[in-house]
Amino acid sequence: MSTLDPVLMSRVLTGLTLFVHIVLATIGVGIPVMLALAEWRGIHTGDGHYTLLARRWARGYVITVAVGVVTGTAIGLQLSLLWPTFMRVAGKAIALPLFLETFAFFVEAIFLGIYLYTWDRFKSKYTHLLLLIPVAIGASFSAIFITSMNAFMNQPQGFELVGGVFTNVNPFVAMFNPATPTKVSHVLASAYTTSAAALASIAAYSLLRGNKHTYFKKALKLTVISTFVFAVATVMIGDFSGKFLAKYQPEKLAAMEWHFETMKEAPLIYGGVLDENRDIKYALKIPYALSILAGNRPDTEVIGLNEFPEDEQPPLMIHYFFDLKVTNGVLLVVIPLLYMFRKWLPGKKAYPKWLLIGILALGPMALVAIWLGWFLAEIGRQPWILRGYMKVADAATTSPNVGWMLLLFILLYLVLSVSAIRVLTKLFRNKNAEEELAMLGLNSKGGSGQ
Amino acid sequence: MSYGLVAIAILWTFLFGYLIVASIDFGAGFFSFYSALTGHENKIHNIIQRYLSPVWEVTNVFLIFFVVGLVGFFPDAAFYYGTALLVPGSLATVLLAIRGAYYAYNTYGSSKENNKIYMALYGATGLLIPAALSTVLAISEGGIIYLADGKVQLDWNNFFTNPYTWSVIVLALVSVLYISAMFLSYYANRAGDEVAFGVVRGYALIWSGPTILFSFFAFLTLNRQNPEHFEAMLDISWMFIASFLCFLFAVYGVWKRRWLGLSFIMVMLQFAFAWYGYGRSHLPYVLYNYINIHESVTNDTMAITMITAFVLGLCVLIPSLILLMRLFLFDANYILGKSGKKG
Repeated sequence: MSTLDPVLMSRVLTGLTLFVHIVLATIGVGIPVMLALAEWRGIHTGDGHYTLLARRWARGYVITVAVGVVTGTAIGLQLSLLWPTFMRVAGKAIALPLFLETFAFFVEAIFLGIYLYTWDRFKSKYTHLLLLIPVAIGASFSAIFITSMNAFMNQPQGFELVGGVFTNVNPFVAMFNPATPTKVSHVLASAYTTSAAALASIAAYSLLRGNKHTYFKKALKLTVISTFVFAVATVMIGDFSGKFLAKYQPEKLAAMEWHFETMKEAPLIYGGVLDENRDIKYALKIPYALSILAGNRPDTEVIGLNEFPEDEQPPLMIHYFFDLKVTNGVLLVVIPLLYMFRKWLPGKKAYPKWLLIGILALGPMALVAIWLGWFLAEIGRQPWILRGYMKVADAATTSPNVGWMLLLFILLYLVLSVSAIRVLTKLFRNKNAEEELAMLGLNSKGGSGQ
Repeated sequence: MSYGLVAIAILWTFLFGYLIVASIDFGAGFFSFYSALTGHENKIHNIIQRYLSPVWEVTNVFLIFFVVGLVGFFPDAAFYYGTALLVPGSLATVLLAIRGAYYAYNTYGSSKENNKIYMALYGATGLLIPAALSTVLAISEGGIIYLADGKVQLDWNNFFTNPYTWSVIVLALVSVLYISAMFLSYYANRAGDEVAFGVVRGYALIWSGPTILFSFFAFLTLNRQNPEHFEAMLDISWMFIASFLCFLFAVYGVWKRRWLGLSFIMVMLQFAFAWYGYGRSHLPYVLYNYINIHESVTNDTMAITMITAFVLGLCVLIPSLILLMRLFLFDANYILGKSGKKG
């Protein structure tokens, strides 16, 4: 193992840790918002079903937070363990967001602990609900800070590099770089979408298994409509991201779209394959669409990949990531839309099976979109770790043991994933919602219990 | 005061916070497992669980805070420690991961009250983590990390054959058990749980002897590892004497079953004096001979910004922590188990 290239091994290990962590981090950011929504509805309408919904979500949420904390710890330490040269140089410019992120997380951790153990403890039910505000703010701000750091790596600014050392650093200019607004908003919106979609999948699964209780129908309605709202926002922000790339990171957009020659009225390529001469075959070409994506006008000039030296071009496979991600994004809008218009759909059933299966797929689809989005963003800035300043190959550790550590972490993540999934499924099976409803005396149709 | 000094004081304080809260947490996990093995679990398990459940997440943040702050204030530290500590750092990460995850599985996910395997993982990692982390203290004394052909290397041979390494590891282990048992004595007493109090009081007294013994031992072996640091420690020997007096008071209190709250404050002071005395005499080096707080500190702008961020952060953190403690540490009904079941 020790003969393997530490740079490649470091990339794989970092990628693997983020692959696992992003799932949990995304849920960590989005679920508090959904919890607040459900608990607020429960208190506002006096409908105990929503309160139970929030409680049951919260129970599963703790497990995901716990695993998220440990994978987050792993990536936090791996930044320095695997990329010491990068941290030594760039640490002088990006320490602030990293530092602030831990504060945000601290607040989230404290209030989540309080939230979980104070159901029924306060006289006013709103007091307990208010505890979710710092949890949600903490979670979202963690995402904002850490994403701004990633944005910096894509669009570095706020310093001068003199002889390998950062001088004249302005941490705020570094943090609020041109990539930050689109990246941060896209990350937040997609995290809310994914969380709502994952919860919608659970509700759809219960209904598919034949649970007819109105509790599940309410859960479905709340989560699917939330998914729709968040997904529409995500798609709109995604469009801004395209315009950002066209202006600031044209080589990424060009590689994403297999757009080789600089031209106006550029078509958008969907699917297809490339041959050795970089000719595109079997693809769907949408005329003018890329120019419109890049600048809202068909005569916008889009810079082609050929303008960049070969060793600074991102890998061309990111085209597929982009296409698949966008497809998932569109489905995340369309399926909830079908749900909302289900009364006008052909057929007699209120909840047709195919629609429930579609909703069941929302969670996995959103998750895959998150992964693809990050592959796109990260692989799309290769070969740079700090675009324009430092290449990945110069930033990795020189330690010969990275290969062994990779094996160790593969094992760890396998064990953690399998056990977390087992614990989560057992958690919901052991305390089934209908029994709990009966226990709380919420079995009547209106269910204004408590 | 230079930015480097402010920065290291902030970081050292956070590490001290971690030392206390993590020791309580690690020790409690071990006692919980040990009591399950010996069939005493129903005596102390509830007390431990009631304290740990709302705070486990907070513990981890103290450590992350330190690591992130160290890298931010002293980017060279990321370079030297990061390169040299790939293997031990990764192992510690894996242990932390197993511990965090299985704690949550046992507390929130398990249908049975106590899953023995989860508890074993939790208890064992609770002792291995402090052992692994404490080795960084030994490494920071110098002589173990060196540069060869411009690459950072770790001298494993020197590391393992070094008596100072081992005395720090053993000291970390016994201190964890001592701090934790002292805290649990206070907590059990407040809860009016006589049975639990009897058990944890015994633990506290048993582990007090080895703690002070290995403190002396670590002190003596440091002379061999880094005589310069040892001399600096002698110059501020009053801090270590103060630490010892606090220790005597704390153990006397628990022995007499009185002033338990005050006794735990004395435990914190005991470690505070030793910790800050050790840290102060370690200066100006963060890693002996390679990283010192005057040359390696990040640029002034970033240092000012981070210190400002730190102060603003504290304005949010301190009230939140006080709220957490008032709800779970100083709320009689909660400690007695009358309120606050998980949702």
